[in-house]
Amino acid sequence: MFHLRLVPDNTKIPFMNGRFAGLITSAFLSIASIILFFHPGLNYGIDFQGGIVIEARTPQAADFVSLRHSLGGLGMGQVALQEFGSPQDVLIRLERQPGDDAAQQVAADKVRATLAETLPGTQVRRVEAVGASVSAELFANGMLAMGLAMVAMLLYIWFRFEWQFGLGAVVTLLLDITKIIGFYAVTGMQFNLTAIAAILTIMGYSINDKVVVYDRMRENLRIYKKMPLRDLIDLSINETLNRTLGTSMCTFLSVIPLALIGGEALQDFGIVLLLGVFIATTSSIFIAAPILLFLGENRLRRGTPEAAGPGNPATTP
Amino acid sequence: MLYFSRWKIYTIVAICVAGFIVMLPNFLGRETLASLPSWYAHSKVSLGLDLRGGSHLLLEVDMSAVIRDRVEGLVDGARQQLRTANVGYTAINAGDRAVTVQLRDPAQSEDAVKALRGLASPVGGGALGGGQPDVTVAASGNTVTVTLSEVALRDRATQAIEQSIEIVRRRIDETGVNEPTIARQGTDRILVQLPGVEDPDRVKRLLGTTAKMTFRLVDTNADASTGRAPPGSEILPSAEGERFQTNYVIRKKVEVDGATLKNASASTNSQSGEWVVNFEFNSAGANRFAEITRANVGRPFAIVLDNKVISAPVIREPITGGRGQISGNFSAATANDLSVLLRAGALPAPLKVIEERTVGPDLGADSIRAGLTAVAVGFVMVCVYMIASYGLFGSFACFALLINLVLTLAALSLLQATLTLPGIAGVLLSLGLAVDANILINERIREETKKGRGVFASMEAGFSRAYSTIVDSNLTTAIKMALLFIFGTGAIKGFAVTITFGILISMFTATVLVRLMMVTWLRRTRPAALPV
Repeated sequence: MFHLRLVPDNTKIPFMNGRFAGLITSAFLSIASIILFFHPGLNYGIDFQGGIVIEARTPQAADFVSLRHSLGGLGMGQVALQEFGSPQDVLIRLERQPGDDAAQQVAADKVRATLAETLPGTQVRRVEAVGASVSAELFANGMLAMGLAMVAMLLYIWFRFEWQFGLGAVVTLLLDITKIIGFYAVTGMQFNLTAIAAILTIMGYSINDKVVVYDRMRENLRIYKKMPLRDLIDLSINETLNRTLGTSMCTFLSVIPLALIGGEALQDFGIVLLLGVFIATTSSIFIAAPILLFLGENRLRRGTPEAAGPGNPATTP
Repeated sequence: MLYFSRWKIYTIVAICVAGFIVMLPNFLGRETLASLPSWYAHSKVSLGLDLRGGSHLLLEVDMSAVIRDRVEGLVDGARQQLRTANVGYTAINAGDRAVTVQLRDPAQSEDAVKALRGLASPVGGGALGGGQPDVTVAASGNTVTVTLSEVALRDRATQAIEQSIEIVRRRIDETGVNEPTIARQGTDRILVQLPGVEDPDRVKRLLGTTAKMTFRLVDTNADASTGRAPPGSEILPSAEGERFQTNYVIRKKVEVDGATLKNASASTNSQSGEWVVNFEFNSAGANRFAEITRANVGRPFAIVLDNKVISAPVIREPITGGRGQISGNFSAATANDLSVLLRAGALPAPLKVIEERTVGPDLGADSIRAGLTAVAVGFVMVCVYMIASYGLFGSFACFALLINLVLTLAALSLLQATLTLPGIAGVLLSLGLAVDANILINERIREETKKGRGVFASMEAGFSRAYSTIVDSNLTTAIKMALLFIFGTGAIKGFAVTITFGILISMFTATVLVRLMMVTWLRRTRPAALPV
């Protein structure tokens, strides 16, 4: 009976030969991402920066020239118009209006009125207007959630495995996340609450993936007591390769529809998740494992329960 | 791991069937639902505003105005207390949260402190009384300071927000919105969710008006055009918009308070045909109103709403019936709005809309359609992959995935959780994550088979070895989602909810249910080799 295999059984790919190449590529990409984060920076959405987004459907194909003219004439700073989905669907973005939180509401009402005047029959499908104090709070909460998630992951893995695993996983996570943020900076995608949700999801997925590979390493550490750590890591990765790729494939397949037909709100989310699944899968192999190799070369074996009997406490001299 | 007792099998099947029954009303038509008992027909997922359409408003109570009001009250109180105690003063100044009094004679400071202590009223006490005084009084030289305590400020804020919520609820009920949600958020915010409201303009206008109505006398001795009001009076603009703006000099003293209104309604005046608002006082208000109008016949009497003069008619005769009429260039809409505001009562402090998110019903319907399509497509693709990779065992996993979807919907229906657009994304993602368990198990069984173990031994080892990994990986995701639920807002919470349900339920469907299917198949067919 034929069964689809993403990689043949009994692969013996020496992944650890590529450990420097993997780490250097990853570090390079992450450093580039950090630079991009500061310059040109992220395109913060209204959740985090305040401002107004209005989604409208015009009766005929939208007349961008007159729309830009009439909205630009309101004196409300830069007005970004964007077509999406169909020529009748327009997304209008206004930067945060000077003044207090209530000023956003006034501006949103003005745009509504102008739309009704310039293009009669226009249907306003969505309005979001967020003031500065709300957006500052949302941003703080988002960052807090990410930070806490990171700490929680570290503690969890530390508790379940030895500290080398926890540190390896968290460093890998940091490298993963910086790349995602770099992606937001390069593409100019809106960085908003959905982006935080995407990043948290990718963190969860990435840790998930690391846990499976680490689990196998721990198991093999008990079985093959004499095998050098480097070979043992390679063996563990190869043994779990079909699972790693299979789960990535399934997640990929389930997210693809989101990226294709998710609508304005979820399309970006889907695209970032697809990228995240890719990054998380490769980082399990090329980042998390080499870090573990460097951290644990001489120490890890001592930490296994078999080696550390009651009369032989696991302390490093 | 491979043995299932009879009652266990029944329980597993019963859970699946129950899930199916619970989530069924989501897919039934309106007519069918109407014929079902209501407790069952209500077992439906409630859709978030982004899917059903509606308006989400976040309001902020202006707490500084609340405190300013209280400080101004203290100034008036201090003036009276000092006068009755015969303490002379040169100035009383209102600060941020304190009142300072400059005494004429420092020797009187003890008397002043004693008199001003009379301003205090206890706060923070329980039903048995107690509590602390809400102000502290301190003297140094010829200055006496009355300061509002921290507890008093908090108490005021709590009171203000609770009152505001009550008033907001009454005003929204008047507009006839179905199933509004009005909830307190944090210390000074109110969350208002209005399903089905496409243009929240009117609601925003209604909520943005404090609607503090007072009846006061016009100061006929002063001239507004000089721009200066004599003490005890103030200059207030008329409410008629900027073009016809006229100013009035109005006495500060409130003769009748709008809080004594019992009822208000809009109608057209039978003679002039213009829109007016009729109002009716309660008995205390009616008495006070009769008294004032009797004493001031022939003088203009101003109706002031939020520091704007709506009209200032001349009193022709005493009004004793406790009823009156306000006219002032109203349209049908503004007359109706004003009567709503008067009926619902005044807000204790101004409210500001600081966040609005409105979704039209069309967009919501489009989102539901796109979401359902995406879930269906995702499901099919994952199933194709699983069956291609693991054959029969893959199809077991697919069936379990279907049950997972059913149970997730059932859990959402049962707990009345809200399904949002990001929530649908969560359902999709959990499709991919849920089969992870099956991939782990199948790969493990495969490995064990290759090591030369027998059919039953491979299965046994596959399940038991994969189990700890499955728990580990699912727990990490659950931790993430708990954080997202706590710190996320609105629609994002929905994402955390569905993904958490999806993952927890997958612990049942992908392991227990699939194991039952595999074991049953194994016992029926007794195969020589496993199809992995």
